Amino acid sequence: MSKRQVLSALVAAMLCGAAGFWLLTAPAVWHMLRGQTAVAKVSAPRLENGQTLFWAGGCASCHATPDQDDRLRLGGGRALPTPFGTFRVPNLSSDKQDGIGAWSEQAFIRAMREGVSPDGRHYYPAFPFTSYALMGDQDLVDLLAFLKTLPAVPGRIADHDLAFPFSFRRGLGLWKWLNLGSGPYQTQTGQSESWNRGAYLVNGPGHCAECHSPRDVMGGIRTSLRLSGGPDPEGGAGYIPNLTSHDSGLAKWTAEDIAEFLKTGFTPDFDSAGGSMASVIKNMGYLGDADRMGIATYLKSLPPLASNKPAKKAP
Amino acid sequence: MTKINMKTSAVMLLAAGVLALPLLSSPVSAQNDPIASRKAVMKSVGGAMRDPGQMMRGQAPFDLAKVKASLETFVETSGKMSALYPKGSETGGETTASPKIWEAKADFDARLVKFGADAKEALASITDEASFKANFPKVGQNCGSCHEIYRIEKK
Repeated sequence: MSKRQVLSALVAAMLCGAAGFWLLTAPAVWHMLRGQTAVAKVSAPRLENGQTLFWAGGCASCHATPDQDDRLRLGGGRALPTPFGTFRVPNLSSDKQDGIGAWSEQAFIRAMREGVSPDGRHYYPAFPFTSYALMGDQDLVDLLAFLKTLPAVPGRIADHDLAFPFSFRRGLGLWKWLNLGSGPYQTQTGQSESWNRGAYLVNGPGHCAECHSPRDVMGGIRTSLRLSGGPDPEGGAGYIPNLTSHDSGLAKWTAEDIAEFLKTGFTPDFDSAGGSMASVIKNMGYLGDADRMGIATYLKSLPPLASNKPAKKAP
Repeated sequence: MTKINMKTSAVMLLAAGVLALPLLSSPVSAQNDPIASRKAVMKSVGGAMRDPGQMMRGQAPFDLAKVKASLETFVETSGKMSALYPKGSETGGETTASPKIWEAKADFDARLVKFGADAKEALASITDEASFKANFPKVGQNCGSCHEIYRIEKK
């Protein structure tokens, strides 16, 4: 082979590599192969259901304007410090310029299921779309309709402040092939209605696993250890508790204990939750007793997994 | 390098916390050690929440005297707490107090005052089971709303 041939082969290989990367990381390619092209036929938006999903999804916990008490004022702006850099939560209010007021149902469904913005860019998984992907079309249409009833808050939030290579947004395309499943939640026929509702709320809108699971080096949830607790992904030094029925988790809690905790924030020992969970409790307080009991029923059915919490060393 | 140092010091803090555990109930340490002391006070609040909490859940029969005793505890402890977070007690002893307490001490103190005032108001308004069920949750909500901002997860 002449030098010239070697050189052309190298250039060809580089072009193939670049084309492969482009294809693998293109939001449109993921959409074509795994996404959903049309919104399923749904009924007119049901605002009450949208409101329930708003609280179940914990939207206010991240998107509410910080340092004020109105949890329906979704101006965004909260900073989430993480090992990858600082994420800034965007404006989710009904403002047509800066929020989601002008979004179509299809754009919203794609954002929630595929983690892609209306202008076709990947979202970072600090926005828990890998969980929201389980939400059905009707639920998402209802949720968007409810969000559009909330006050418009002007103000575009600055972009995230991340370290390289995480600042390279396109690379998230690869992450999605590893961590993003497709399609809404499928009802398990062998399980009760309450269990199915709980499984949907926990794994879908409630996105419990996002904090209550350990993650791999790429920031993906370690599926085999799902819901067994994990280091605080929001940058705190604490360890988020194990939700499985292991001794290090909820083994001693009854389903009623869990449902009560979600309603009032008090553990069976009458300790009161703090930090992000206190905010979650505020959201869960808006759900009905049946939904909270569904969550409890599902959590109690999880096979016990030992917490991966680093052991306290003896002095 | 910094990371390793932080880890080492975290382990040492944990170890110190474990060592300090048996001292928690000792009155001497409660006087000299604000972290141990505020943990004991928090425990007493949680303990006083048990009776009315069980009544709210229907796990125990309504008992006005017990409710009043718990509310008295809340009034008393809410007045003591602010002093238990002096500067210099931000870390150590496995504390789950958030550093935000010292950044916003005035807001933190105001919340304690509100907790005490709500408990006092409940003492006056709770006369029977119906008024208990209507008015007690407002007192309990103070725990969560303050913990949301000022309590952090255990390591």
